[in-house]
Amino acid sequence: MNLGKIYALALRHLYLISNSLPRIIDLIYWPTVQIFLWGFISKFFTLNSDYYSNTVGIILTAAILYDFLFRVSISFNMMFLEEIWSRNFTNLFIAPIKLSEIIASLTLTAILRALIGMVPAAIIAIPLFGVSVFELGLPLLFLLLSLYLFGITLGLLVTSGLLRFGPSFENIAWASLFFLAPLGCIYYPLDILPLSLQFIAKGLPLVHIFEEMRNILMNDVINYFDIFKAISISILYFVFGVIIFYVSFFGAKVRGTLINMGE
Amino acid sequence: MFIQIKNLSKKYKDTLAVNSINFTIEKNKTLGLLGPNGCGKTTSIGMMLGLIKPSSGEILIDNKNLETFKRDEILSRINFASPYIELPKKLTVRQNLEVYGRLYGIKDLENRIEEISKDLDIKNFFDRKTGELSSGQKNRVSLAKSLINKPEILFLDEPTASLDPDIGDFVRSYIQKYRSENKVTVLLASHNMNEVERLCDSIIMMKNGKIIDRGTCKEIIKKHGRNNLEETFLKLARGKNELR
Repeated sequence: MNLGKIYALALRHLYLISNSLPRIIDLIYWPTVQIFLWGFISKFFTLNSDYYSNTVGIILTAAILYDFLFRVSISFNMMFLEEIWSRNFTNLFIAPIKLSEIIASLTLTAILRALIGMVPAAIIAIPLFGVSVFELGLPLLFLLLSLYLFGITLGLLVTSGLLRFGPSFENIAWASLFFLAPLGCIYYPLDILPLSLQFIAKGLPLVHIFEEMRNILMNDVINYFDIFKAISISILYFVFGVIIFYVSFFGAKVRGTLINMGE
Repeated sequence: MFIQIKNLSKKYKDTLAVNSINFTIEKNKTLGLLGPNGCGKTTSIGMMLGLIKPSSGEILIDNKNLETFKRDEILSRINFASPYIELPKKLTVRQNLEVYGRLYGIKDLENRIEEISKDLDIKNFFDRKTGELSSGQKNRVSLAKSLINKPEILFLDEPTASLDPDIGDFVRSYIQKYRSENKVTVLLASHNMNEVERLCDSIIMMKNGKIIDRGTCKEIIKKHGRNNLEETFLKLARGKNELR
């Protein structure tokens, strides 16, 4: 892999962000709105909750982590969609850049975009609701790593769909995360799901990530085995996502859809 | 660096877009690729750029097979310009050239950008967003991007389409000048017959995915008993296939 080329493609997206104040505001706006929304909802539930002794903290931490996943995935998709919308697809794919370098570049840029949104939101939550996601301590890094890998995987699967079906797949890009959210047990424990769905949900890293987050915040116990399990499942999905991306790319070459792909 | 196309075909389901074509572009020569819309020109160029996988046949660039040799090594010596593809609209001209210069691994990029922007007279809108430019300005920026790596092979797809005669002439003159000063093999697809006569050493005519004639412009015009390439094109496009 050539770091210069990875940087070049990342630069294209960093210029896009830095050239437009509305884009920067957009990156920060949605996570912040989420924090306000969930902060007030969970504050209300605090009065009636038997399950959580710290409703605001747990729900708001879950909201911040989920938003991180959402931003990583959407950022990956958005950067790919930007190339389609700007009709730059052909220029990009005839440049001497390997697919692995494109994936690496989008992956690195996605975390920057996600952090631009997440960090201000996480900081705002501290004075406003007295909740700090940083209370999770060192495991926070591992949980974020697992979410990051899974978010990139979802991005890879959606971009594979864009390569396979063209721009009409765009709506799926937006819907992909909402589809998984109910199974991810983000705001409620796994037991809430019917048994049949629990079985499916356990195959997703999200359940392990959010169960562990609740375990740390409620019981003050860190189970590194569960964290390791979440990261391992995320890595498996990531490898699967990369394979699907390559298969879709070569499929698009066979179908001739890489040339003149645009709006 | 030269190109050899051997029995190249592309089939999409039931449609044979390109049907076993053969041709060679000699080093530092310009070949015109002509034919009516839907004749297989874009598909052929797509295959030569490595964007479309051929159903059968071979593309050899400097004796290296595009499908099996290191793709990015070949692509670093090639470039492409077309009015139908664009550079990111929200980036300035300077930013676009910087990004593509880096993607092509250009050393001394600042000087190369300076040089090419002077040559193509794009300096006065260097810091404007590409999406805000007129089509003539965009066209020159697209040409600048296609020359940023000093390509040994340049693919041009209708480089002067939708340009006014003045800018069109500027672009054609620049391509002529660039060709005379640099060692570059060019494949030009165009519907502008004056442009083809002016720029191409030889041409091939395609119809329904096949090559129906080839030669220099003069040879083809003479062979078909017409006065110019435009009339010859019309005769070939409207007449029965003459397989070669």
